[in-house]
Amino acid sequence: MTSLLTRRRDKIDDLGGRSLTADALIRLRRNPVAIVGAVIVGLFVLVSIFAPLLAPHGPAEVFPELQRNLRPDSIPGALPGFPLGSDQNGRDFFSRLLLASRQTLFVGVFATLIGLVFGVLIGAIAGAFGGWVDTVLMRVTDVLLSIPSLLLAISIAALAARPSQTTVIIAVALVNVPIFARLLRGAMLAQRESDHVLAATSLGVRRGAIVVRHMLPNAMGPVIVQATLTLATSILDAAALSFLGLGDGDPARAEWGLMLANAQSYLDVRPALAFYPAIAIILVALGFTLLGEALREALDPKGRR
Amino acid sequence: MPTTRRLLAVIAAGALSVSLAACATSERGGDAQAGATGGTMVFGAAGAPKNFDPIFNDDGESFRPIRQMYDTLITYKPGTTELTPGLATAWESTPDGKQWTFTIREGVTFTDGTPLDAAAVCANFDRWANMQGDAAQSNMIYYADVFEGFKGNGGIYDSCQAASPTSAVMTLTKNKGAFPAAFGLTAFSISSPTALKQYDADNVTQSGDSFSYPAYATDHPTGTGAFKFESYDRTANTITLVRNDQYWGEKAKLDKLVFRVIPDENARKQELTAGTIDGYDLPSPADYASLKSSGQQVLIRDPFNVLYMGINTKNNPALRDLRVRQALAYAIDRQALVQTKLPEGAEVATQFMPQTVAGYAADVQQYPYDPQKAKDLLAQAGASNLTLNFYYPTEVSRPYMPNPTDIFQLIAENLRQVGITVNPVPRPWNGGFKDDVQTAGKQDLHLLGWTGDYNDAGNFIGTFFGREKPEFGAEDPAMYAEINAADANPDQAQKQAQYEQANRDIMAKYLPAVPISSSPPAIVVGPSIQGLVPSPLTDERFNTVSKTQS
Amino acid sequence: MLRFIVRRLIQVVPTLLLLSVLLFAWLRSLPGGPAAALLGDKATPEKIAELNTVLGLDQPIPVQYVKFLGRAITGDFGNSLITGEPVTTEIARALPATIELSVAALLIAVVLGIPLGYLAARYRGRPLDTTTIIGTLVGVAVPVFFLGYLLKQWFAVDLGWFPPSGRQAVDIEATHVTGFAVLDGLLTREFDASWDALTHLVLPAIALATIPLAVIVRITRASVLDVMGSDFVRTANSKGLAPGTVRQRHVLRNALLPVSTTIGLQTGLLLAGAVLTEKVFVWGGLGTLLAQAIERRDYPRLQAVVLLGALVYVLVNLLVDLSYAIIDPRVRVR
Repeated sequence: MTSLLTRRRDKIDDLGGRSLTADALIRLRRNPVAIVGAVIVGLFVLVSIFAPLLAPHGPAEVFPELQRNLRPDSIPGALPGFPLGSDQNGRDFFSRLLLASRQTLFVGVFATLIGLVFGVLIGAIAGAFGGWVDTVLMRVTDVLLSIPSLLLAISIAALAARPSQTTVIIAVALVNVPIFARLLRGAMLAQRESDHVLAATSLGVRRGAIVVRHMLPNAMGPVIVQATLTLATSILDAAALSFLGLGDGDPARAEWGLMLANAQSYLDVRPALAFYPAIAIILVALGFTLLGEALREALDPKGRR
Repeated sequence: MPTTRRLLAVIAAGALSVSLAACATSERGGDAQAGATGGTMVFGAAGAPKNFDPIFNDDGESFRPIRQMYDTLITYKPGTTELTPGLATAWESTPDGKQWTFTIREGVTFTDGTPLDAAAVCANFDRWANMQGDAAQSNMIYYADVFEGFKGNGGIYDSCQAASPTSAVMTLTKNKGAFPAAFGLTAFSISSPTALKQYDADNVTQSGDSFSYPAYATDHPTGTGAFKFESYDRTANTITLVRNDQYWGEKAKLDKLVFRVIPDENARKQELTAGTIDGYDLPSPADYASLKSSGQQVLIRDPFNVLYMGINTKNNPALRDLRVRQALAYAIDRQALVQTKLPEGAEVATQFMPQTVAGYAADVQQYPYDPQKAKDLLAQAGASNLTLNFYYPTEVSRPYMPNPTDIFQLIAENLRQVGITVNPVPRPWNGGFKDDVQTAGKQDLHLLGWTGDYNDAGNFIGTFFGREKPEFGAEDPAMYAEINAADANPDQAQKQAQYEQANRDIMAKYLPAVPISSSPPAIVVGPSIQGLVPSPLTDERFNTVSKTQS
Repeated sequence: MLRFIVRRLIQVVPTLLLLSVLLFAWLRSLPGGPAAALLGDKATPEKIAELNTVLGLDQPIPVQYVKFLGRAITGDFGNSLITGEPVTTEIARALPATIELSVAALLIAVVLGIPLGYLAARYRGRPLDTTTIIGTLVGVAVPVFFLGYLLKQWFAVDLGWFPPSGRQAVDIEATHVTGFAVLDGLLTREFDASWDALTHLVLPAIALATIPLAVIVRITRASVLDVMGSDFVRTANSKGLAPGTVRQRHVLRNALLPVSTTIGLQTGLLLAGAVLTEKVFVWGGLGTLLAQAIERRDYPRLQAVVLLGALVYVLVNLLVDLSYAIIDPRVRVR
C-alpha cells in the first residue's frame, strides 16, 4: 500500500491546475460515502465533546429509583428521567452511553496520535537520513509489523501489572507506530529524488529545513488517511483487549468496549446493555473507515479522470 | 499446461489420502452402544481439573469428578450437611477426642479389584501424614488445614492401626473440633493402595511454580466410587467416567458421565439451551429466568456460605483504627446489594457463618446502612481522606459471589459516597488474585468468601480468623485464642457458647472484615435429567441421576 | 531461481534474529523480572535464584541473550505455569485445531471473496457493487467476539442448525489419527465423525473469515478495476476478442497476482483473530491457549505462542514471495 501511495503522490505532483487540497475537497463533497462517513464521525465527535452537557447524570451515580426494581434477572427499562432505563448496577444507561463516546474517542485518538507521532518521527528520520539509520530503523519496524497486531497489543498489555486505560492506550499505540513509520518513510523516500526537493537542495537549503518544510508537508496526505483508518482499528483493538480482560480496571468508567465486555452476563436479561455499545462501536469504526477510504480516493489522482 | 499441472496435483493429493487411509483404522468399539441403557450425561465444567488424586486438590472443578470416583469414610446425607456412613459403617471417639475407631464396610472393592479393608484405610492416612519432598509442598491444603501439618512437623496425626480387617483405629495428639465431619472431606477420599504404588502416586515433581503429577493423579485414579475413570482427553478437554457396576451403594443409572470443560459462561448457557450439554454449575442469577423459560431446571442449593469484604490492616495504618473499619461497614448498602445482585433467598450476613451452624449468635452488633454515621466515624478517626486499594477477582463466578465485578462496583460506589477514594485492582481469580490477596497481602480491601466444607463453626471463623494470615494483616492474638479455645473444647455445649461469644466479639471488638451476604448458589440441568440432589456443600453425587432418552 | 530462493531465505534470518531480540527485551521487562514472572506468584526467593542461574540472569546481558537464543532455537520454552506441562507439548496438541479452523476460514474467504470482488468490479457502481462494499466495511467494523456471540445465539441456540461450540460432540467417539477432526473421520471411515466435526466448524470459521473475506473482496475489486483499465486489456478488447475470453484470459489472471499476496498476509493474521474466535467458540486451539495464558499471566506459554504467531506470519510471507517468483518471472530479477 505504501508504494502504491507514493507512486500516486509522484503523479499528483505532475498535475497542474487546481490545488490538490481544493480538488480533493470538491471530490469529497460529491462522494456519498464520504458524506456518510463525515456525518457519523462529526456526530460522534460532537456528542463526545458535549457529552457532559447532554448526559443528565454522572457515569457512576447509582439511583435508588432504578435500584428499587433491579434484580439479577430483571433490569428496569425506561423510566421518567431515565430514557434508556437502568444498567446492571442501577445507573442511568443513557448517560453512560453518551459519556462513553468521550472515553472511547479518548482511547482511539490517543492511541492513534501517539502511534502517529512516534511513527512519523521514526519514518521521517529513516527517510531523511537513509543509509544505516534507515536500515536499522526499518528492520525493527518490519519485525514489529511481522507480529500480528492484536498479538502485539496483547503482549504489551500483559506487561502491565495493573491494567488501566493508560496501558490500553500504550498497547494499541505501540502497534500503530510501525505502520506510520513505514508509511512516512516510503513517502519521504519517494520525494528525495523529486524536483522540488532537488530544487531546494540546489538553492542551498539545509537538510533539516527541507525535511520539515518541504518533504513532511507533502507526505502528510497518506498519513492523515492512515490516521483516520487507524482510529477505527484502535477502537476495535481496545474493545478486544477489554473482552480479553486486559482492559481498564475501573468498571465504573463508561467506555463502550468496557461496557460491552461487562454486559456479557446480561445478554439474556437486557441485550441492549451489550447491543447499544456494540452498535456504537460498529458505527464509529464504520464512520472512520468510510471517511478514511473516501479521503484516500479523493487524494488518488486516478479519480481525477 | 496448467491443466496437466492441476491434474498431477489432484492425483498426488488422492494418492496421499489413500496411503494415509491405509494406515488409519477406526478404534471404535463396535459394541460400544450395545448394552447402553442409562445414557450419557454431559456436564459443562467451568475449568479443567488440576489432577485426580484427591489429596492434592482444593478446588471445586477437580473435586467434582473426584467425588464420583471416590468415597470417604464418612459422607454427607444428600442435600444436607448431616453425616452419614460412607466407607465406615460406624465411628466413635474416646472422650478426649484423641482416638477414633472406624468400622470399615465389608465387601467393598476398589475399581482395580483389590479389597477395601482397615489396612487400606490406614495406608491412606499414613501416606498423607508422611508425604515427602515436592509432593508435600504441592497442594495438600486440606490436609495441612485439618491435621495442622505433617507427622513430626506439628501435625496432630499420630498413627493408624488396623485392629482387624474391619476396624481401623486412628490416634491423634489432640482433640480437633473439625472431626468427625472433616473425615467427609473429598480431599480425604480413600485410594487403592495397590494403585497408588503401581502408578507411583507420590512422585510429584516441581518445576518452577507448577507441579508435574504422576500417572496415578493424571490417568489412573482408583477409588471405590459409583463411577470409574475412563479417560481424560486433553485435546477435546473432556473427562469421561463410566458406571462402576461393582459399586457398594446405589449403583449409577447413567452409563457414562462426561465432564466437558467450557470456560466461557455464555458458552455454557448456550450449550445447555441448545441441548448439547445436560447441565452446568453456578449459572449466573441473571440467567435463571431465561434458563427456566427454555425448560431447564435451576436447582437451588441451601445457602451455606458467606461473602465478605476483607480488610488488610498491614499496608494502611488508618485501617488499624476500629472506627474506620466500622465506618466501612456502615457505608455499604448491603441490603441493596443483596437485592439487586444476588439470587432470591440471599440474605445480608450479620456475621461470618450461616444461621444453620452451631455457634451462630443472634445478638451480634449490627451495622445497618448509614453513610452519615460512616462519615462521622471517619472524621472522628481523622481518616476523612482515605485512599484504599480494593482488589476484586475477575474471570470467575463463586457460589457466594456470582458476579464479582458488579458487586465490586456497588461497594466501591458506596465507599466513594462517604469520601473514600477507591483504587480498583482487578486480578484474574487463578491469575494472581488468590496469591496477591491471601499470600502476599498486597490489598487494603478485597472481596472473598467461603462455602462451608462441613457443618462446624471452626470451618468458618476458624478458617478466616483462627491464626495470623497475610489476608488480614496485623496480628490479633486475643481473637485467635478465643476461636482456638472453642475449637479444642470436646464439650459440644460449651463449645457452642464459646463460638457464640467469639462471633459477638468479632463483630463488635475486632471487625477484621465486613460480612456481606449469604446466598443460595444454583446448579442447572436440562429437561431430561432427573434425580440430581443439590447439596449445600456443593457435594453433588451423580449416581442418583438418570436421563430420559429422547 | 534457486539463487533467488536462497537469497530470500537468508533475508529472513536477520528478521528472526531481531524478533528474538525483541522477545528477549520483552521477557526482561516483565513485572518482577523474568524469573519471577516465569515462576509465577508463588515463587520463593530460592527458586527465583535457582532459575536466575539456569537462565544465566547473573551473567552479562549478551551472554544471557545467547543462552536465550539457544533455548529458543531448540524449542525449550519451559513449562506452562497452568498445567506444568512443557509449553511445546501443549502447542503441539493445540496446533491441529487452529490449523483446521484457519484453513476453513481461509477457504470461505477465498471461495466467496474472489468471485464477489470480481463481480463488484464488473458491475462497478451498480447496487451489487455498493452492497458488497458496504458489507465489507461493516464486516471489518464488527468486533469479532460480538459477531461470534450473535452467530451462536441465532444459528445454534435459536435455530439449532449448528452446535454452539466445541470441536466435536462428546458422544461421537472419534478416533484420533492426525488431530484434524474432519480429516480423521475421513481416514478412519468414521464419516459421521467428519460430518459432526464439520458442523462444529461452520460458525467459528465464518466468524474468523469475516475480516479476511472483506479484505480479499476489496483487493480483488480494486485489482480487477486496475487491470480492466490497463492498456493490454484495451488492446484485447479493441482486437475484437470475445468479452468472456478477455475477462478470463487477461483480466482475472492478471488481477489475481495482488490478491494472492493478500491471501498470504491474511493467513498470517488468522492466528491473532483466532484468539477471540476460539475464546467465544471454546475451540481448544492455540487461541484458547493464548487467552488462558493472558488470564493467568502464564508468561512461558504467552511468549511461545506469540513467537509462533510471528514466525508463521514471517514464513507465510516468505512463501508468498517465493510463489510470486514462480508465477511472475520479473520478480526474480529485482
